[in-house]
Amino acid sequence: MSDETIIKVTDLAKRFGAAEVLKGVSLSLQRSQVTCIIGPSGSGKSTLLRCMAFLETYDGGRIEIEGRLLGYVENQGVRRAAAAREIADVRRNVGFVFQHFNLWPHMTALENVAKPLWLAGGLSKPEARERAEAALAKVGLADKLGSYPIQLSGGQQQRVAIARTLAKEPHIILFDEPTSALDPEIVGEVLQVMRELAADGMTMAVVTHEMGFAAHVANRIAFIDQGVIAVEGPPRDVLLDKDNPRLARFLKNFFDRNNFWED
Amino acid sequence: MSIWDFSGFDGRWAEILAGLSLTMQLWLAGTALGLVAGVVLAAIQVNARGLPRALVRGYVTLFRGTPLLVQLFILYYGGPSLGLLLTPAAAGLLGLAIYSSAQFIEIFRSGFESVPRGQIEAARISGLSRTQILAHIELPQMLILIVPSLINTLVIMTKETAILSAISIPDLTAVLYGIGSETFNIIPPLLFLAAFYWGLLECVTVLGRALERRTSRYLSH
Repeated sequence: MSDETIIKVTDLAKRFGAAEVLKGVSLSLQRSQVTCIIGPSGSGKSTLLRCMAFLETYDGGRIEIEGRLLGYVENQGVRRAAAAREIADVRRNVGFVFQHFNLWPHMTALENVAKPLWLAGGLSKPEARERAEAALAKVGLADKLGSYPIQLSGGQQQRVAIARTLAKEPHIILFDEPTSALDPEIVGEVLQVMRELAADGMTMAVVTHEMGFAAHVANRIAFIDQGVIAVEGPPRDVLLDKDNPRLARFLKNFFDRNNFWED
Repeated sequence: MSIWDFSGFDGRWAEILAGLSLTMQLWLAGTALGLVAGVVLAAIQVNARGLPRALVRGYVTLFRGTPLLVQLFILYYGGPSLGLLLTPAAAGLLGLAIYSSAQFIEIFRSGFESVPRGQIEAARISGLSRTQILAHIELPQMLILIVPSLINTLVIMTKETAILSAISIPDLTAVLYGIGSETFNIIPPLLFLAAFYWGLLECVTVLGRALERRTSRYLSH
């Protein structure tokens, strides 16, 4: 496994009004690695992920995507907001999968995937269609090309959203709680697709509450709490950590909820 | 003198057709201009901050808050003292465009605000530019949501065109009213006028319903 860094976050700070959500987060996402970001709600994990795609601005620190500063331009130490075109170019190879899918309801599954490819990806319409069909086949939806989102189940919608992201051939995909809006019985089909992506060597950062997925698929887990990364390391080390009381409490809560069968 | 006596129309049909044509032209051009101005100004109001936003807000308040008749009088009779010399038809067209745009801005604004933020974010991360997001994500969806209120406003605007005769535009209303006063039999021309507007509005409404059905396919199933 190479140590090539796709996204490097250094000392990231983010405020919403008076509330400091991120207080100096540093994280490095390596090529072909899966990093799961876990933590209690309100800990800042989604905000961190959204900052990495510049869906949120940030107030301090740096985010570099393959060596290029995201969202800002620096000139002799002075930082100003980058132009929309520049931002789009820096995050061109970043994919993002949302908790609520965010498909465009007036387009079929095929159009949801193909349209950005010919509008913004420089492909011709036939090329876009071909690549979109391949991406939808990859997530097991080759037979749903003409379906509108409303005709699909939540799990199918999320797989269309993953196909839309895959089709732009990103170097990294950021997943923001991709299964949290799904019924329990269809969480599995989305996790299965994500497992396959990981096996293919896709670089992924996943904000999730699925500890099983984190334990088995992640190369690293970052536990974020109160705006800082409190513990980070290989899954076994993090999930068996005994030193950090807040992590211990978070995991105990989780296991208490999921081990209801035993006393 | 019967109210069904249409003999006063004899020899006046060319005039009536010209009036009808002028009414239709002013209606179509005025509301088309109003629609375009409405969508542009609504996009400014939703996306901009500060002065531009406040200006659009003020524009809406001013032109929705005053009657079309008063606006037409100010444009046509008050225009010259402001260096704005307009023919009656030009004043009528401009008046309709301004008045209808103020109604349309409000409708488009609510349309823009009804497209969920997440869809815009998904479009941004997919690499779409601001204009592409407007054209391919926001407009197609909001148009569907606002078709009913758009048709409603269009119907009201259609009826408002009858007011244009007040600034001496020789539209259908003016021609027919003229015939009525010359023959001292006002009812037949007015019945004809009412029938014309009713027929036109039925057409607008039927077209609107067809549009609603066509565009809302993806909303049900």
